[in-house]
Amino acid sequence: MKNLFSIAALSVAGLALTGGMAGAANTGISDGVVKIGVLTDMSGVYSTLGGKGTQVAVEMAVKDFGGKVLGKPIQVIGADHQNKADIASAKAREWIDNEKVDMITGLLNSGCALAVQKLASDKKRITMNTGAASTELTNKSCTPYGIHYVYDTYALGKVTAEAVVPSGGKSWFFLTADYAFGHSLEQNTTKFVTKLGGKVVGSVRHPLSTADFSSYLLQAQSSGAQIIGLANAGGDTINAIKQAREFGIDKKGQKLVGLLIFDTDIKSLGLKVAQGMQFTSGFYWDRDNATRDFAKRYFAIHKAMPTMDQAGAYSATMNYLKAIKAAGSDDSDAVMAKLKSMNISDFFAVNGKIRADGRMVHDMYLMEVKKPSESKGEWDLLKIVKTVPADQAFMPLSESTCSLVKK
Amino acid sequence: MNKTIWIMLIIIGLLAPFVVYPVFMMKLLCFALFACAFNLLLGYTGLLSFGHAAFFGSASYITGHLVKNSGLTPELGILGGTLFAALLGYLVGSLAIRRQGIYFAMVTLALAQIVYFVALKAPFTGGEDGLQGIPRGKLFGLIDLGHVYTVGGNPLGLNLYYFVFALFCLGFWIIFRTINSPFGQVLKAIRENEPRAVSLGYKVERFKLTAFVISAALAGMAGAMKSLVFQLASLTDVSWHTSGEVVLMTLLGGVGTVLGPLVGAFTVVTLQSELSSVGSWITVIIGGIFVICVLLFRHGFVGELARLLKRSL
Amino acid sequence: MDITLQTVMSQVMLGLNNGVFYAILSLGLAVIFGLLNIVNFAHGALYMLGAYVALLGFTSLGPLLGMPDFHLNYWAALIIAPLVVGALGVVIERTMLRRLYKFDHLYGLLLTFGLALIIQGVFTNFFNVSGDPYEAKPEILNGAVNLGFMMFPKYRLWVIAISLLVCFGTWYVIERTKLGSYLRAGTENPELVKAFGVNVPLMITLTYGYGVALAAFAGVLAAPIYSVSPVMGAEMIITVFAVVVIGGMGSIMGSIVTGLLLGIVEGLTKVVYAPASSTVIFLIMVVVLLVKPAGLFGRES
Repeated sequence: MKNLFSIAALSVAGLALTGGMAGAANTGISDGVVKIGVLTDMSGVYSTLGGKGTQVAVEMAVKDFGGKVLGKPIQVIGADHQNKADIASAKAREWIDNEKVDMITGLLNSGCALAVQKLASDKKRITMNTGAASTELTNKSCTPYGIHYVYDTYALGKVTAEAVVPSGGKSWFFLTADYAFGHSLEQNTTKFVTKLGGKVVGSVRHPLSTADFSSYLLQAQSSGAQIIGLANAGGDTINAIKQAREFGIDKKGQKLVGLLIFDTDIKSLGLKVAQGMQFTSGFYWDRDNATRDFAKRYFAIHKAMPTMDQAGAYSATMNYLKAIKAAGSDDSDAVMAKLKSMNISDFFAVNGKIRADGRMVHDMYLMEVKKPSESKGEWDLLKIVKTVPADQAFMPLSESTCSLVKK
Repeated sequence: MNKTIWIMLIIIGLLAPFVVYPVFMMKLLCFALFACAFNLLLGYTGLLSFGHAAFFGSASYITGHLVKNSGLTPELGILGGTLFAALLGYLVGSLAIRRQGIYFAMVTLALAQIVYFVALKAPFTGGEDGLQGIPRGKLFGLIDLGHVYTVGGNPLGLNLYYFVFALFCLGFWIIFRTINSPFGQVLKAIRENEPRAVSLGYKVERFKLTAFVISAALAGMAGAMKSLVFQLASLTDVSWHTSGEVVLMTLLGGVGTVLGPLVGAFTVVTLQSELSSVGSWITVIIGGIFVICVLLFRHGFVGELARLLKRSL
Repeated sequence: MDITLQTVMSQVMLGLNNGVFYAILSLGLAVIFGLLNIVNFAHGALYMLGAYVALLGFTSLGPLLGMPDFHLNYWAALIIAPLVVGALGVVIERTMLRRLYKFDHLYGLLLTFGLALIIQGVFTNFFNVSGDPYEAKPEILNGAVNLGFMMFPKYRLWVIAISLLVCFGTWYVIERTKLGSYLRAGTENPELVKAFGVNVPLMITLTYGYGVALAAFAGVLAAPIYSVSPVMGAEMIITVFAVVVIGGMGSIMGSIVTGLLLGIVEGLTKVVYAPASSTVIFLIMVVVLLVKPAGLFGRES
């Protein structure tokens, strides 16, 4: 209730002082504080790969930056959007209207991401999306203040297809989660499979959160496809892989390819089941000294290694603060101009660049799950098979349908 | 209930947006109307619908669709959503009233699941993403509901607020009139003793169905309002969790009291907003409230108060 | 996708596999409903709890007791999880449900709804929502059997067999034994049965305990197939409700047969139009209600 009363008190005080300060100045920190909101899934299916861990990463970044920018304090607040677009947009609206939040990050779940990006941009606030996958964020629904930071369905589909098709995986069958994200992932992957000379022999759309995949797997099996592509995420992917092993599908020469997999999913599956699988990721904690150093510090606080979403949130926050410092203001236009002109280079993003459509392009990685015998520790799960340079991993600007891209 | 209380409540309603964040206040009003509509069924007819989200949610989709894609003005959009909910209420109601008690609850729940499925699959709903970016539009083509006044440095969407408040009052008035009409008396008779009502020659099924349709229509109106407030219609609005929530609101405030659902809705929505940072503990807390409510005060806040004061509220 | 006899047969087997879970859960609901007149909304949560008892028994019980090498094995879990959950059920009945019998039955539904939220919320807080693997599947049930038209995992065959045994065993006890006759009489007229010296309150308590123990049993059976997750029950319970309504509430045989049939129907829907697989049961329910309002096996009241 405290919050409610303080809002009330604030409004009453505001009423007494008529007029107010409409149209804040364009230099310095507008309201004496820079507020960063972490709005993500804190309790649902994606909470282990984002959730509180994302907020931890953002708080780390603020602390590492020194806790202050241009002499003004930086504040981090967090909230759970429960994977519901209405809760996400209500929270974002309240943050912007009442709490004067300057930047919102996290935003796992494409539905929530689209809603918040649009809302925030209407109110001239920056969103740095580290969690959602949909390419729509930087195409049809792109905005001047929206940044898509970590990965998208285009990069996932492209990198994976380019690894699998040339090495013999010519015919594909998709198990697709029946919602926007799944469709987008299937479409993007299909495009590259056919471009590379492969073909898609069929697909089946399953409802979100399916417990039993056996029926779909059987359909995939009788299609005779070499590759069974999993255009789904989280629990669905995990169940599909487990049950494929149960029915011995992999033993008959068919291979499963997960299109979106996080480290935490592999942990949930166990190496015994997941070994040998290849997939695309924007980050792996054990890549080099810089990532290991960050991961170690992160682990000390969160007791888990950072996923690409969490590491991305650290990097996004850091670069946002750098941009404020460089611009000498937290005015959204000035900060966006800086962000889009500077190089993004840190432990997370190699060769990073934020383009006109809001897409942050950086190197992506083709990962492979280690065999149990190769793993030396609880979190020693993956190895990097191939690094795909930024300009080859993401959708070229020329293909973008974003209205901000000058053609 | 005496006039002064009503006048005071209306004044509070009119001044509220200057004190409380207007969007939050509008959310309260939407859910309060939803709970009041639900209460008409549970509290005054004795029918527990466990699928009321179907009306709330489908109307919010229809309104959103009409305003966004057909370019209708907001009042026509809301009218369309409400009518759709009424029609759906007629269909669901006709099926469900064939059974009583627990069965009735299960049937409404299952039918709501079908509505959920349609909302997930229909081409215009946006599936998991929901129907986003619904414009608030111009009321009667004249008044811009999206207009924001700056009062003391705070942006206040007063046009929309007073529109929503007016609709809420209208809905509440309809419910109040229904309860206190001869029709409402028959409903109460059915609640108390259905066989007796039958033997008195009332066509019980027709009364139940009418009550169901009114309740569905007003629940729909609440959903339609919500879609304008949040500019979004989503699967949450049609899910069975929302159906459960409205039961909780009504139960907590007081089943069969006029003001109960209002108090219940205000309590639950405020709790949710205040506790949004505790993650999934909120489910535990809401569950706990449910249990305590059922075990200790089945009459709800207002119901218990009314018993203390020995008068109806 | 061509629909051959082989695919149909395979899907029927898989459907049956899902159907036994529906059957065993709706059976528990029917048993409870028959005597207590309560729709147990917490059934899904208790099913999930059963799976977690098995999982935690395997992974955490040993370290907790200071014996890191101790793992509660699958067979033991199959007995212990239903006992633990059944005991919890007894506590719930004694401390909470009991107070509600004199009021409208709807309060029972609301109470158990609240309990379901609490149990699910607590587990969501402490466990991975996308699920944890249960690795204790016994060696003997690994691998697959050739059924002629498909390779079917041994474990799933075992699940089908043991579930059918438990379902029909329960049916036999209730419909054909003296104990069962007390139960059925208690359903009809508790006062009269009490007059004959039967301890009706105890009978009610144990019935609730048995009903939820069945749910936990299903949970343990499900653990090696699906991921053990806090929401596994919530996803199941609404469907099971529909099964119960279609079968006719309170009908023991009705719930078993309907559960199996609907599992198969759902399986076949997955071949024809997969996205509708989670809704087809509700459509059937509407049709059944139009034609036979009391359910397929229910008696008109």
